[in-house]
Formats: sequence, C-alpha cells, structure tokens
Amino acid sequence: MARHVVAKVDELDIGKSKLVKVAGRDIALFNVKGEFFAIANRCPHEGADLCRGQVVGLAESDEPGHYRMTRHGELVRCPWHGWEFDIRTGKSWCDPARTRVKSFDVSVAKGGALAEGPYQAEVFPVSIDEDYVIVEI
Amino acid sequence: MNEMIRSLESKLGLSTVGGIDCDLHPASPATKTLLPYLDEYWRETFVMRGVDRLSLAMTSSPPRAPINVRSDWKAESGFAGDTLEAVRAQALDPFGTRLAICNVLHGAMIMHSDDMAAALCGAANEWLAREWLDREPRLRGSIIVSAQNAELAVAEIERRAADHRFVQVLILAQNDEPLGRRRYWPIYEAAARNHLPLCIHAGGSNRHAPTATGWPSYFVESYVAQASIFESQLLSLVAEGVFQKVPDLKVVFAESGFTWLPSFFWRADKTWRGVRAETPWLTEQPSDIVKRHVRFTLQPIEAPPDQDALARTLEHIDCDDILLFSTDYPHAQFEGLNALPVAFGETLAKKILIDNPLATYPRIAADF
Amino acid sequence: MTETGTLERPVETKAKYNLIDCDIHPSMKTPAEIQPYLSQRWRDHLATYGGHTRQGLSETLSHPRMVPEVSRVDSWPPSGGPPGSDLPFLREQHLDNLGIDIGVLVPLRFNASGQRHPDFAIAIATAINDWQVGKFLDPEPRLRGSIIATQEDPANAVAEINRRASDKRFVQVLLPPRSIEPLGKRRHWPIFEAAVRHSLPLSLHVGGVGGHQATGAGWPSYYLEEHHSQVQTMQAVIASLIFEGVFEHFPELKISFVEGGFSWVPSFGWRMDKAWQTMRDEVPHVKRPPSGYLRQNVWFTTQPMEEPNPAKNLADTLRWIGTDRLMFSTDYPHWDFDDPRFAFKVPLTAIEKAAIFAGNAVNFYGLN
Repeated sequence: MARHVVAKVDELDIGKSKLVKVAGRDIALFNVKGEFFAIANRCPHEGADLCRGQVVGLAESDEPGHYRMTRHGELVRCPWHGWEFDIRTGKSWCDPARTRVKSFDVSVAKGGALAEGPYQAEVFPVSIDEDYVIVEI
Repeated sequence: MNEMIRSLESKLGLSTVGGIDCDLHPASPATKTLLPYLDEYWRETFVMRGVDRLSLAMTSSPPRAPINVRSDWKAESGFAGDTLEAVRAQALDPFGTRLAICNVLHGAMIMHSDDMAAALCGAANEWLAREWLDREPRLRGSIIVSAQNAELAVAEIERRAADHRFVQVLILAQNDEPLGRRRYWPIYEAAARNHLPLCIHAGGSNRHAPTATGWPSYFVESYVAQASIFESQLLSLVAEGVFQKVPDLKVVFAESGFTWLPSFFWRADKTWRGVRAETPWLTEQPSDIVKRHVRFTLQPIEAPPDQDALARTLEHIDCDDILLFSTDYPHAQFEGLNALPVAFGETLAKKILIDNPLATYPRIAADF
Repeated sequence: MTETGTLERPVETKAKYNLIDCDIHPSMKTPAEIQPYLSQRWRDHLATYGGHTRQGLSETLSHPRMVPEVSRVDSWPPSGGPPGSDLPFLREQHLDNLGIDIGVLVPLRFNASGQRHPDFAIAIATAINDWQVGKFLDPEPRLRGSIIATQEDPANAVAEINRRASDKRFVQVLLPPRSIEPLGKRRHWPIFEAAVRHSLPLSLHVGGVGGHQATGAGWPSYYLEEHHSQVQTMQAVIASLIFEGVFEHFPELKISFVEGGFSWVPSFGWRMDKAWQTMRDEVPHVKRPPSGYLRQNVWFTTQPMEEPNPAKNLADTLRWIGTDRLMFSTDYPHWDFDDPRFAFKVPLTAIEKAAIFAGNAVNFYGLN
C-alpha cells in the first residue's frame, strides 16, 4: 500500500465529490461533514461514475405514511439507476442478504433495519496531513 | 370402467387425492334465492322493485362463457356447479378432495349502493352456510364482502368470523382503487385480527376500464387483462406497505395465474432499488415480501405443453410454499382430472395439495 | 474427367452496423425551441392555453420521478439545457463514446396523441417531426427519426405518415401505448394500412395519456408502481392487436414495444394462448394461437434490462422469446439507461449479440 496525495483539503467543500486518479484507479473522493472518504468510482452495478452521483441523506420510515431523513450527506446515489451507497463503508442499501424467507415468518424487524447487501463499492483509507488529503492504495 | 378411465386420465397428471381445493365455485345464487336470507326491508323492496328477478351476473365473469363452464360439467341450465349433487359428483369425489373452499362470485360485491351490496353479501354468506356448509362436511366457505365500503365489510367479517367453517375473506380483484390504498386497510386489519387470509379473486366491478388504454372489445381479451390487474394489485399491496402495517396478513390470489411471477419479481426488485427513498417503509425487496405474505391458487396453469418451461418457471419462482392446490371447478382450466401436471413432481405436489394450504389457513389446519 | 469447380469460400462481409440504439430521447433547450416550426396561431396557443391532455396536472407527469428530467444525473450538457437537448454533447457522451452506428430518436415532449384540441394535436405533431429534421437528422447522419402521428385522429395520422414517408431518415411511426381505446380497434386500422403501404414499422414507447387510470386496478400512488405499470399497458395493447385480428389483416405489419422490458412476454403469450384455446369461438378471426403473432409481428427493445437472480435465469427468457425478437436500446439520457457493454449479465453467443445489438434492428427498420 502506498500513500498518495489526491487533493488539498480546501478543494472539496462539504457535500461535494471529486474524481481523482490514483495508481491507475478512478477514485471518488467525498467530503462528508468535514471528513473525507474514498470509494472506487465505478458503480458495481453497471459501471456509472459514482463521483457524479447526488449526495443524499438516508430516507427511513417506521410505517407507511411516515418519513424520516437522517444521516444527511452520508450516502451517494448512483447517477444512473439511483442505487444508494453508504459513503463511509461503500455498502449498498438495497440488497438484502440472500437468505431464504420462511413461510409466514412475521418477525420482520421494524424501524428502518435495512440489511446491507452484497453490492459493495470498494473503499480506501483516507487521512489528512496538514492541508492535504491522502488516499492509501 | 369409470375407474379405468379415471386411472388413465390421471396418468396425464399427478394424483390429487386427499388434497385441499382452495378455489371451488358453487354457482352464484339467483337473487330470488337470497330473499329468505335478507331482512324485511330488503326482501319487500326487492320484490316491489323487481330486483328479485334481476340477474346480477358480472361482465367480468359471464356465467355461461366457456371458461366458466367446462363442457362436461355443464348442466341443462347452461350453468355449472348449481347443485350440491353436481359439486359432489364432479368436483369432490373424482379428485379425492378432502376439503374444498367455496368461493361464491356474486354481483352483490359490486353494487353501487354500499348498503345494498352489504345486505346481499351478508345474505349470500348466510345462504352458503345453510345450503352448502351445513350439508357437506368437506366444504368450507369464504366470507364475501364488497371492498368499496370498508366499515360495512368489517362488520360482515366480524359477524361471520364466529363460524369457523368460513376460512377466509374474499374480495374481487378490480375495485375503485388499487387494493394497497389506505381506505381498504380496515378490511385487512379485520381479516388478520380474525386469523382469516384475504382472498383476492379474479373479476371486478368494472367501474373504470380494466386496462390503462381503455376497454377491450372481447371477453377473452378482458379475461387476459385480469392477470395484468393482479400484477398491479400485487405491487400496490407491497408498495403501500400493507404488510408492514398488518404483518399478520396473508393474501391469496385466486385464479390469477402464477407463471408471470418471475418477471414480476425481477422488475419490481430492480425498480425498487433505484426508487427506494420514495417508499422508505419497505426494508426488503418486493419479491421477499410477496414470498412471505402472498399465495397463489394453482389454476390456471399458463405454460406451453412441454413440461420443461413449467419446470423452469417454478425454478425461477424459487418458492415451494407459494402455490395452493385448486381445481377452479367448474371453470375450464384443464381436461379430465389433470389438475396437477407431472412437472411438479410428487414432493412439490404434496406441498401444493396439503402442506401449503394448511400453512395458509389456520382454521383448516385446526381440524385437519 | 473431373470438372473444374470454383472453390466456394464463404464471403466474409463486415457488418455495416454493429450497434443500433433503438431509443434515444431528444429534447429542447427551452420550450421556445419548437416555435420556428409552428405558425403564429399555434405559438400563441402554446404560450397561453398550453397543452391540454386527459389528466390532472397540465405541465408535468402524473407521478413525479426520482431525478430531474427523468435523466441520468451525469447527462446534463455542460453548455446548458436539459439532457438530450445538445447535439454536440449527445455525440460526445453517447454516440461517439459508445460507438453507436445508428440511433433512433423517440421524442416524447408535447404528447401529440394526448392533446385534446384536435387542431393543436395536428400542428404539434408535424412541428415535432420538422424539429427532428432540423435539429438532429440534418446535421447528424447517425440519427434516425420517428414520425409522430395523432393516434386519436387516424385520418390525420395517415396524412402525416404520407407526408414523411419519402424521407427515409424517418424509420418508424411512433404511437403511445396509452390511448382512449386499445390500439387494435378498427378505427385505428387506416394507420396500419398506411404504415404497411410505406413499409414503415410502428413503435410504441411507454407513456401516453389516454384518459384512463394508469392500471386496470386503478391509479397507483407511487412512481415505483407507475414505472412498472407500463408493462401492463403494453400487455393490453398486444392483446388488443392480436384479438382484434390486426396481424391477420396486416400480416406484414411490424411493431415494436420500447422501454417495457421483455421478460414478461413469454408468460403473457402462454396466458393468451390458453385463453384463446378455450374461447376462440368468440374471436373466429384470430386463426392461430396468439403467441404465433408475437413471433411474427412483434419486437421488443431490451431496456430496462431484466436482472434475475441468479442471472442465468435470463437465458430461459431469451430462449422462450426468441433472440430474433429483441433489439438493443439505451433509453439515453434517462436514469434507467442500459450501457451496451454491461447490460447483459448472461453470456450471449456471437450470433445472438450481432442480432440483438444490430441485426434485428436492421431487419425491423429495413436499413439494408
């Protein structure tokens, strides 16, 4: 693993993203409330540029008709098919683990307990050194 | 001789002996037949108005059309299944049926006056109890209600629930609005509260066109459209969060077909991933919700004659629990006794005939 | 004595086209862009009364989408205007980037068939056709156009088809699936007659505002449902064309269904076949099983690509539908866009790829 300077801290405002090329890889760099995160730019679904996606919060609900927006600025929606990825972990929010559902098992967890699923954007460690954003690949 | 014929015929399909038939249709009673089961007001005004002489046959299900009357089951009247003797001789005995659920499809369910609809549905349910369930221990019933007025529907469900020979609530597939909409929720809560599955049966009120592009010219065309209506209803129930709101609810789609399920699953799951934030109460993909809460009666089996496509479709569906045996008597969905094609295999056949219906209908399981 | 024969070597012709995109949506930088193609009367009309369709909201779709302009977030031209409105950017991001040999334009704006003012409908239809020529077909040889025709006014639709037919850059007649009556009904037949006379195929792209509820079950609440409901609308149109006998009367008529996906086609064919077998006496003009017409007269574009789990299940669908029936499309610049490099997650043979990505479209549009 090598450390690469990819940007200056003040180049990327909160809520924004930037495409950086590191060691031949396209990386999407995000500023989430002052913290920096890096995920592989290529959406694992069909290859769109995640750096071009909308940065959004997490829409959750405990029951139909009730809506809650949390985790502002912590997710990115793929610019094509709108799949949501957690910027911090790269995990997608829509694919449940592929377990067989038992007949009439009514023990559904309430309250936005989305399962995190197999579609995963690769993440890279990010650190700050004075004014510089550093990605390890 | 009959036995030999029956044995030959059944070689085309698997044995159905001992099964639970989840969709059987006694002929819908004439309005006049229901008079004894109505109170004074309705009885007298129906006679005065000549309503007792009116046919309440539904456009969505012409009672003498070939699909609704298999030719070898047709009585002289042109109808079928209109006597208990006929049902015993044609539907129960030959298939070796252990229990059958009677789904009475009656125009009462679509009358514009909510009160008239409720009165007639109540009378039809009483008629079923007295003239069918009282006389034949192999029969069970569905509580028919008009979905249009949830309050009156709930009252009928609560009234009828005490008779445990009624094993589910039944409404038609096409109503004023998609069935996931909140105005219908009290019906689902009442059904679940009484441990009664909700059966949604093919047919409808035709208060609006049965397709998004207007009125099909032909009945065969309209019949085909009913499966499309079921697909829209399935997505409505899921999208609106009915199963989040009423987690104990079980739904049975009757006479909907099921070979469209794989493409429905693939499309609904894929779209949901991209639009998840619109309906954030959905925490699982639509296909998993359907596999947990919704069941499908077996007829009609819509597949090409080669058994391979049917076998592959069952693999695509990937849910052994989802089908419930039915003959759909007296509708013309298969020939002879071939209600259960060999493609299902003996193991799955047993699930379809017995295990899945028992898992779906607690009242049947209780005295099985 | 042996004859000197010529050794036959298969002549390797390089395919003229490798990638044909059957669904690209052009748009206008501002609504004023249509004005040069309208007379003063209609410019004034548009600026005051505007569009007048059979639905509640006048300026926007019934179910708001999840992204602005229904489009990929990365498809907004840097020089301004909505996605699909800038030809240089369309070339750069789409045609050049993906190596598209031919792209077929499907303009959706203004909804000519949905306009209730009969004269405005005629004016806007021909204006959009002129706009396609001026903005896209003249400057860009890779693009082809769709003749916008007023479905609700067949006589004028025929006039417009006659007007455009000699410009071979128009490769199809575009109609909306949602209309006042199902497309198969006889009053629409002059349109088919004109199309066949000019060797033009018809194309139905999702949408339209026919004045009916978006599903046969009623108006859905959510975009999740409305997106999916286009499938059921296409089912209704196909059933209408088949059961009205359109393909018997016009055996050379070709018709494509665009942006509805395709995995639902086999089971829908099975359903139609089974219903027809029982009720063919209602429609004696339908001389063979409905699925036969699907294999002869109907094509489907591939987007939105179906994504079964496991992916290999798609191979069954492709086999059942016939890989000669499918034509690749991207739906650029819309959000559920398919990239030709990554859309198919099952392996295709070289022959299948060549057919789906270009060959079938060459055949359908008569590009050879």
